[in-house]
Formats: sequence, C-alpha cells, structure tokens
Amino acid sequence: MSDVRDRMVARAAREIAPGMVVNLGIGLPTKVVNHLPADFPVCLHTENGLTGIGPTLPPEKADRNLIDAGGAYVSTIPGSAFFDSATSFAIVRSGRLDLTMLGAFEVSAAGDLANWRIPGKFSPGVGGGIELAQKARRVVVLTTHTDRAGNAKLKQECSLPLTARACVSRIFTDMAVIDITAVGFVLVEIAEGVSAADVVAATDAPLVVPDMPLPTF
Amino acid sequence: MKLPDKRRAIHDAIAEIKDGDTVMIGGFGVPGTPMTLIHALVDHGARNLTLIKNDANEPGMGIDHLLQSGQVARLITTHLGLNCNAIALMNSGKLAVEFNAQGILAERIRAGGAGIGAILSDIGIGTELADGKQVVEMQGKVYVVEPALRADVALIHADRADSFGNLAYVATARNFNPLMATAADCVIAEAERVLPLGQLRADDVHTPGVFVDHLTELGELSKEYAVVRR
Repeated sequence: MSDVRDRMVARAAREIAPGMVVNLGIGLPTKVVNHLPADFPVCLHTENGLTGIGPTLPPEKADRNLIDAGGAYVSTIPGSAFFDSATSFAIVRSGRLDLTMLGAFEVSAAGDLANWRIPGKFSPGVGGGIELAQKARRVVVLTTHTDRAGNAKLKQECSLPLTARACVSRIFTDMAVIDITAVGFVLVEIAEGVSAADVVAATDAPLVVPDMPLPTF
Repeated sequence: MKLPDKRRAIHDAIAEIKDGDTVMIGGFGVPGTPMTLIHALVDHGARNLTLIKNDANEPGMGIDHLLQSGQVARLITTHLGLNCNAIALMNSGKLAVEFNAQGILAERIRAGGAGIGAILSDIGIGTELADGKQVVEMQGKVYVVEPALRADVALIHADRADSFGNLAYVATARNFNPLMATAADCVIAEAERVLPLGQLRADDVHTPGVFVDHLTELGELSKEYAVVRR
C-alpha cells in the first residue's frame, strides 16, 4: 500500500472510539484493523455471523469454517460469538452497530452513497451493503479521492444506482478528510503535501474550505 | 419412547427433488455449504430449479456445479461477486437472478419458516431495490412488503447431528442453515458426524430435529470443504 493510502487508513482508524461495535466493509476498510492497538476495546462484527473478529490467518493456520463476509480466514478472540444470518442483521438494523466503514464508487454532497452497482459493468449484488449503509449509527467512507481514470468520486449528485440516501457522515480519502454537512462537503483535514486547492479541483461539487489552518495526516 | 431414526442413503433423500422445484441451500461461501448434497443433486439431474442461496460460491465449487450443469433457471441470492461463471450466466440471460439485501433474504426465509406471510421493512427505500415492491404505511412510517420465502426442499450442512436429526452448527458455517431448515416442506441435512441419541446435549441443539426429514452422515470430506487458497 502506498504511503499516503496507509496514512489515510491510519487516520480512519482514529475514528473508532473505545467500546464501539464496528463493521468494516470489504476492501480498504478491513485494513483499518491493522492500525488499532492489540488491546483496544472494540467489538468487530461481520455479516456472516461473528462478533469479536480476531486476526486474519494464513491458509495453513486457517479454520475452514471461520471466515469473514469477504471470505478472508479470520479467528476468534476471548468473548467472540457466532450467530445465524437473521441475528447478524438484527444487530445491524436494530441500531447496535455504532459505526461502519464502507468503500464507495460515488458519494454525493447530501451523503448519498453508491457502492454496489455499475450498470452494464459490475452487478454482483448488494450483499449486506444496503443494510449497513442505511442502519449503522454512523457511516463513514474510505476511498481514493478519484477513480483510476481520474474522475471525481465526490459529486453533487451520484450518477450510479444508490446504496442508500443521505447516509454518509464523513469521507476519508488519500487527499483529505471531508464531512457531509447541511451545506454539503466541508474540508476537515488534509493529507501532507496536498493543498486545499488540489482537493477543491479533485472534487466535483462545492467544497467548503474553512478559513483557518487545517490539521494534516 | 424413542425418537425415530431419520438416517437415509443420500441418493434416496435427494430423489425427492422434482423438476421445477424450489431448493434452499445453506452456506455463506464454503462454510455451511452442503457440498455433498449438491453433488448428489447434480447426479440426480432435476432441472428447471429455483435456487435460494446467499451466494453462488466460487467457480468449480458448491452451487456452481448446478449452474454449470444447466439445472438452474432462477437464483434468489444476495451476492455473486466471487463467481464469474454465475455473473456470465446472468449477463447472457441464461440465469434469472433476483437480488435481495442479505438480512432481508434471511428475514423472508425466517418468516416462511415461522408461518408468517410477509415482513415489512424500510431497507432499500429510495433505491432501485425497492422499485416495483408493494408499499404500506404503518404507524406513520413507509415500508416495503417483503413476501415470505418457502421452498420445496432445503439442503442443510451441519457439523453434528443425532439420529433424530437434531442439528448443531460450527463457527460461521451456521449462517442461513438454521433459517432454511425451518422453511421447506422437505429438509435434507448432511452432518459431519451423526451421534447416537443422547450424545448431542439438548441445550446444544441449534435446529430441533422435528424440522429435519432426512439425514445423511458424511464420510471423509471432499476437498471442496477445505480451506480455499486464493
């Protein structure tokens, strides 16, 4: 992982407060766990039926019956629990999930999230994504600021099919930390070596830049 | 009194499946997928099936065999991302796919198993997943109606069973299995070990044997059950 992406993931890890129940989405968000101290008091949830996720294991040490929702072989820790898929989503929909960190194709200035389907290109199904986005108490997004072709992922309106409306509170990118507020995108922190003007240029919607020095990560 | 013995030869049990049946299949990835029952269904050859399964496994594994043999007309699922074969069949129009939000699929099955006709949920409202669904207003809130799901047959994988069909699951191999075991007219379970009556403690039973019609004990597990090296 490039240095800036590693710093972005490390910064996102600081979003997790002691005592939280957290679901880390497939992809970049799962790497957040590598930045938490080993004894950090947090309960990680995965949709396929586990709370108290332990470290990921290599194939030779893996338990064939113990995976996370992304298919990675994980482990238990003292206090872990297994449950069926209905119970797993009762945790999500009843508001027991304090925080979820998800990937994104697009996020709108109103906090709409599109991360499950690109018509004609990528339609693998939504899995548990809609329920996580719609029902977690706080939804934050980890994503590169632009896609591989350089197109902005932060837009006034999403053009792709939505996962959920007005669900995202904060976005961590390789350029900045941006909050979604009543007035749209607000720049909160900035990556080292990046200027506010760079972030504005890479964002396809108005970005409020506070008139004060911003923290860097 | 003694509880009946439900052990049966696997091909006799699978022979209950008819062309056009709806078949629920447990599992989330490899864990909990009844690989041996799936192979028996391929051998049996019933066609025009509707499958209900969380995911489509991976190429060359689990229900991919049923997709490749052309036995499946329709798949009700949540995610196909790890099976490029399934996505290709869907995109070519050879396989009809209905995507559900994962927890809603679980609740629809739970409702079917509990004798409830439908559930009300606000999941997906404002997205295309709610398009075309019946909407009701209840206590000032808007919900979509998600009809219950039942199947003709459910194929279940358990870690331990007793001869009456009481089942216990292990780790994340539980997933959809206990839900599907309640929601089919005929429930066929494979178990890695079938214990004598009394050896599976009543407190340790996850699925009561009353839900299970046929039970088969697995011998040595095939390599499809093993850790996947990607």
